[in-house]
Amino acid sequence: MSSRTLYDKLWAQHLVTSRDDGSALIYIDRHLLHEVTSPQAFEGLRLAGRKPWRRDANLATPDHNVPTTLKERSAGNAGILDSVSRIQVETLDANCESFDIEEFRINDERQGIVHVVGPEQGATLPGMTVVCGDSHTATHGAFAALSHGIGTSEVEHVLATQCLIAQKMKNMQVRVEGKLGLGVTAKDIVLAVIGRIGTAGGTGYAIEFAGSAIRELSMEGRMTICNMAIEAGARVGLVAVDDNTIEYLRGRPYAPSVEQWPAAVEAWRNLVSDEGAHFDKVVELDAAEIEPQVTWGTSPEMVVNVSATVPDPAGASDETVERGMKRALEYMGLEAGQKITDIQLDKVFIGSCTNSRIEDLREAAKVARGRKVADNIQLAMVVPGSGLVKRLAEAEGLDKIFIEAGFEWREPGCSMCLAMNADKLGAGERCASTSNRNFEGRQGYGGRTHLVSPAMAAAAAIEGHFVDVRDYDYAPAATMSA
Amino acid sequence: MKKFERLDGLVAPLDRANVDTDLIIPKQFLKSIKRTGFGPNLFDELRYLDEGYPGQDTSSRPLNPDFVLNQSRYQGAQVLLARRNFGCGSSREHAPWALDDFGFRVVIAPSFADIFYNNSFKNGILLITLDEATVERLFQETEASEGYRLDIDLDAQTITTPSGDVIAFDADPFRKHCLLEGLDDIGLTLEQSGAIRDFESRHRAAQPWLFRDA
Ligand code: SF4
Repeated sequence: MSSRTLYDKLWAQHLVTSRDDGSALIYIDRHLLHEVTSPQAFEGLRLAGRKPWRRDANLATPDHNVPTTLKERSAGNAGILDSVSRIQVETLDANCESFDIEEFRINDERQGIVHVVGPEQGATLPGMTVVCGDSHTATHGAFAALSHGIGTSEVEHVLATQCLIAQKMKNMQVRVEGKLGLGVTAKDIVLAVIGRIGTAGGTGYAIEFAGSAIRELSMEGRMTICNMAIEAGARVGLVAVDDNTIEYLRGRPYAPSVEQWPAAVEAWRNLVSDEGAHFDKVVELDAAEIEPQVTWGTSPEMVVNVSATVPDPAGASDETVERGMKRALEYMGLEAGQKITDIQLDKVFIGSCTNSRIEDLREAAKVARGRKVADNIQLAMVVPGSGLVKRLAEAEGLDKIFIEAGFEWREPGCSMCLAMNADKLGAGERCASTSNRNFEGRQGYGGRTHLVSPAMAAAAAIEGHFVDVRDYDYAPAATMSA
Repeated sequence: MKKFERLDGLVAPLDRANVDTDLIIPKQFLKSIKRTGFGPNLFDELRYLDEGYPGQDTSSRPLNPDFVLNQSRYQGAQVLLARRNFGCGSSREHAPWALDDFGFRVVIAPSFADIFYNNSFKNGILLITLDEATVERLFQETEASEGYRLDIDLDAQTITTPSGDVIAFDADPFRKHCLLEGLDDIGLTLEQSGAIRDFESRHRAAQPWLFRDA
C-alpha cells in the first residue's frame, strides 16, 4: 500500500460508505456532550421519536455555565444564580437521564471542561473518531484520534446514527524542529503557528503537528497545541502516537482493560504518518527561534513576540487587513509602536481547555511561588480544568502557592474563557488570559483579552504588566512528562 | 430542513474580515434551549450601543446608527455580503439560527470557516464562495445603488445582478441536492442502517476496546 498520512489512516478506518460526489459517512466512536450545544439536539430526537444509536459512545458533563466560586458551587445546580444558565444545566441532566447517557454532574469530582475530562478519563483513545458540539474538540487529536467540533444538527445526527456526513480534508504538516528555549511552551508554539499561517490558514485541512519539538512535549502540551488548531482554521489537529501517548493512557478508567491492552497498543503503534506520505502543505518552524507570544488584537493571528511592539496597520498586506488592524487597536485601546511589556493589566485568567491541566498549573505556580500579585491587578484567578486536576494540584500544594500570592483558587469549569457564568471582564478591562480566543467581547462585553501561556500570565499577574518570563528567576518544568 | 431553490433578495454588505461566531451571536444568548428567537440578537454588539442580555425587549435598546443592518436602505435584506473567513471560531449553530431568524437566506463571501459552513447548510442557508475580486465588485455595486438585489438560482448555480450580469458559483452536489429537496439528513443516513451495523460489527471485532458495553 502507498504511504499514507495519519489522517488518511484514521479516515479510512472509519469510512462506512462514500458517495460519488465526495461526501462520506464516517463512524463516530466517542461523542462528548455539554449543556450549551446539546439541548436542541435532544429535543430534535424527541420530536422525531428517535433514540441514541449507541449509548456507551456518549459521555456528558456541564462546563460552560457552572459557577467557579466555592459557595455557589457547593449548592450544586441550585447555586447557578442565573436562572437561564441553571435551566440549561438542568436540561442536560434531564436529557442524560431520559436517554440513559453517562454524565458527570456539576459536583461529581470527574466533572470539568469536556476537553480536559475526555483524555483524563481515557475516554479519548488513539484511533478513535471523537466529536463534540464544540470547536475545541480538536484538542483530542493529541492522542492521534480524529477529532473535531460539530454543530448542534450534527450532534443530533451522531446521537441518532452514530455517524457523521463528512468530506475528506486536505493534509497539512506543521513541523517544529529543534529545542524550545527555557520558559517557552506549547502555547507559544501554537500561537507562533497561528501568527505564521493566519486564522484561515488551516481551513479545509487536518493539521498534523510533527517534528522533534512536538515529540518532546508532554501530552498536556500536545493537547494545548491541537486545541488551538481551530484558531488556525483547521477543524482537526493531530499528533502521532508514541510512548508518551501510551503511557499517559495506561490505567485510566475508560482505557482498554489489562487483557485488551497489548492488542490496543499494537494497533496504536501504527497511528503515525508513513515515511514519504504526501502532505498538501508543509509549514516549518524552528523551535529555538520561538519567543514567548502575546496577542495584541482581536483575532488569535494578531500575535507578536513579547519583546516586540504593537504593530502598525500601515504595514498591512492589504486594505481589508489594515482596516481590521485599526479596528482591533481601537477596541483594545492600544497604540501602534507601544512596547508589549508596557501594557498594564487589570485581570489575569489561568484556565480554559487550552491551559488548565496539571502541567499548566505547575508552570504558573513556579512563577507565583513566594511572590505577590501586583496592586493594579484587581483579580487574578486560577481555574483548574476538572475536579481531578484540582485535587491533584491541591495534593501538590499548588493551591496554597496561588492563594498566598494573591490568586483566587476556583472550582473547575470554562469560567472566564467565554464568560457564560459569572466570571467576566467589565467594559475596557484588560486581561492576560491563557485561553484561546481574544475576540471582541469574548471574556465579557467590551473586555480586552491578551492570549499568553500560563507562565506568562502568572508573571504578568506578579508584575502588573507583561514581562518576558525568560528573564524571570524561576525553574520551568522539564517539557517531558515525568 | 428548509428548502432553497431560488431567491431574488435585497443585499446588505458587512465590510469586515474574520467575522467570528461570537460576533454573530454573543455567548449570553447561547443559554437558550430553543432553536428560534435569536434574530433580534444577531450581531448584538455591533447592532446596539448597550450590552444585551437574554429575554430582553430589544425594541427599546439604543441602536448603533453606524451599523449597516440598522440603515433603512438595508431593511428586509435576505442576502449578506461578507469578507473572508466568515463564521470563524466557535462551533455554535446559534450563528446560522440567528442569521436565519433575522431573515438571511444567503451569505456570499470569499471564504467561510469549515464548521460554520456545515452548520449553515443544515439550516437551509446557502453559502456562496466567490473570488475576492468578484466579492469586491459586489460590495461596490451594493454600496453604490440603493435597493441592490441579487437573483440567486441554486439549481442553475448562478447569481444575476441587476444589470443582467450572470456570475456562476460552485456548489457541493450532495448539499445542493439536500437544499433543493429540503431533505432531512438523519432520515437519509438511517436508510443506510444496514451498512452502519455491518461496519460497527467489523469495527468491534477489530478494536473491542472502543466499545464499553462488551
Ligand atoms: S474552556 Fe473555553 S474554549 Fe474551552 S470548551 Fe470551555 S468555553 Fe470552549
